[in-house]
Amino acid sequence: MTTPLAGHDSANSGDGGVDTKTNTTLSVHDLKVHFPLSTGFLIRRQTGAVKAVDGVSFDIAPGETLGLVGESGSGKTTTGRAILQLQRPTSGSVQFRGVELTAISAKEIRPFRSEMQIIFQDPYGSLNPRMNAGQIIGEPLTVHGLAGDKTQRLDRVAELLERVGLNPAMMGRYPHEFSGGQRQRIGIARALAVEPSFIVCDEPVSALDVSIQAQILNLLTELQAEFNISYLFIAHDLSVVRHISDRVAVMYLGKIMELASSADLYENPTHPYTRALMSAVPIPDPVLERQRERIVLDGDIPSPINPPSGCVFRTRCPIATEECAEVVPELIDRGNGHQVACIKV
Amino acid sequence: MLPADPERAHRGNSLTLDTLAENDGSTHLLEVRNLATRFATADGYVQAVDGVSFHIDEGEILGLVGESGCGKSVTSLSVMRLIPTPTGEITDGQVLFEGTDLQQISEREMRSVRGGSIGMIFQEPMTSLNPVLTIGRQITEAFEIHLDLKGSAARNRAVEILNRVGFPDPSRRFDDYPHQLSGGQRQRAMIAMAISCNPRLLIADEATTALDVTIQAQILELLQSLCDEFKMALLIITHNLGVVARYAQRVAVMYAGKIIESGTADEIYAAPQHPYTKGLLASVPRLDASARDRLTSIEGEIPDLADLPAGCAFEPRCRWAVDRCRVESPVQVPVRPSQGRGAAGTDHQVACWESENIDAGTDLERQLS
Repeated sequence: MTTPLAGHDSANSGDGGVDTKTNTTLSVHDLKVHFPLSTGFLIRRQTGAVKAVDGVSFDIAPGETLGLVGESGSGKTTTGRAILQLQRPTSGSVQFRGVELTAISAKEIRPFRSEMQIIFQDPYGSLNPRMNAGQIIGEPLTVHGLAGDKTQRLDRVAELLERVGLNPAMMGRYPHEFSGGQRQRIGIARALAVEPSFIVCDEPVSALDVSIQAQILNLLTELQAEFNISYLFIAHDLSVVRHISDRVAVMYLGKIMELASSADLYENPTHPYTRALMSAVPIPDPVLERQRERIVLDGDIPSPINPPSGCVFRTRCPIATEECAEVVPELIDRGNGHQVACIKV
Repeated sequence: MLPADPERAHRGNSLTLDTLAENDGSTHLLEVRNLATRFATADGYVQAVDGVSFHIDEGEILGLVGESGCGKSVTSLSVMRLIPTPTGEITDGQVLFEGTDLQQISEREMRSVRGGSIGMIFQEPMTSLNPVLTIGRQITEAFEIHLDLKGSAARNRAVEILNRVGFPDPSRRFDDYPHQLSGGQRQRAMIAMAISCNPRLLIADEATTALDVTIQAQILELLQSLCDEFKMALLIITHNLGVVARYAQRVAVMYAGKIIESGTADEIYAAPQHPYTKGLLASVPRLDASARDRLTSIEGEIPDLADLPAGCAFEPRCRWAVDRCRVESPVQVPVRPSQGRGAAGTDHQVACWESENIDAGTDLERQLS
């Protein structure tokens, strides 16, 4: 880009470098989730597959946030669900603290469920309307046998409510009595109840108003610092992802196009898709906006049923050549952990 | 295509606005004066829009920003006289479009304005398009009503417009139904319908909010080019402060049914005066800001319109509130040149009793951080 996205306070070191720790909380290797498509009424035949996730690899260190950005249909939510084994992957490996989750049964995974939690996008749809806040937050404690007696459980629920910024006196209220931001806090308290070391945050702030969004992002950052939780932060909003992530992976049609530290990716976007994506995000500053280069991509995301050959982005890529139709670009480290999947840059 | 003829449209419709024009002293394309709209609910009246005034000139892009429930959509629906009755009711104000008060004309005359000289696009193209009619039919329907254009002439023009909005393979997709299109294509079809009769004003109510950023950029670039080429005015209603910064020349910020600050985009973003505008800008994560800085959030929640505080609606969330704010609702006053960095003679206005006193404080904060 002609105007690099140099941070206006880039002295801040929080963007984090590349993780050199050898211990990882989560290690994902060549993860694939294909949904079969079949036709026929009595004799079903598989005619193809939706390649929702098609060969995704990354690691997450303890206390680290990996941002996963992409447009709708890029496979970011399916990646999150496949890691938690809520959707069993077609192939590939998901290692959580060294344990291969794809190899063990649903029953064997259960003890790990208290270690790995998820926060959903829709604070309206993800809370049971017939349970009050106290029951919602208390349920995982009972399920995982962490509750103790009733008094202990209520104390713990009160403590959790207080920690996420809600009044413990609200324990008896039902979801419809809370605002969107408050419901998201309940969802966070529920995830926090079992003291997880890893949380998949699936678009946790995209349904919230900006002033409320900032409150929730701040809360997630504080909780991470306090409990050393690793986040996989899934979102379509690149500004939000930059704010919260140590490293960021950009997905397109089931594949990672670019993965780098937050600072590196945003100040030096390399893949043509990342560059186009960033130029499409407006910055709330009219003076700066007038100077920015605008790369407008043609067309829509192709169907994952029939993805383009070679590089999946080539049909919309401004610099694609014939070669791009033949070679599937590999995600290659260009130094300092900045990985790019493109043969042209 | 799209002849940029200022006298255009409403051919075959004897009731043109020009014959009705009793110029009300407005020199703007659209001028909304002191608009008030309320809804009857079980708990009494909810004043969704409370004394809103703004104007748009030819070829201009105005951004109307605010969070959910601030009244921005009700404002646009009031302009179009699409407030559902009998629960909703416009209780006060004037909507002057090309000098004519749209509140005073008959429903029949209003129908020729909607989709004719004022177009509107909504957030959800799937619910705004008719699922049992083809895209082409829905566009040509507008031609029949507003331009008296039928048959192959209408079809050719519709294909031309679909092509213009970047619709892939328009002559074939003309016969597609809405469910056969992607979200971006549906939104393009909606825009094609809205601009098909060369509107003087297009109202885009969260028109790109549900779309992916790359598609959002395509659509907004298209709308901007229509404004440049045909001097169409555009009212962008959104919660996205970035979109407004990129495209709008002027901005109006709404909170709890009122416009609390307005001015040029440069003024509002460089020197916001209202504590809410300041807070909103500080709470948005920016693409160009380093990670991990704590966001300055606005404490508390958006107020319930049925139960607003007596004075300033923002007072319960405001760090700078004084006693006067609790009892007396602030009025919009021009920002004094010394206050902001804006030059004298602009129309930067703010509705805050304390705005002159807080600016010094925030500048200090900015330097410290």
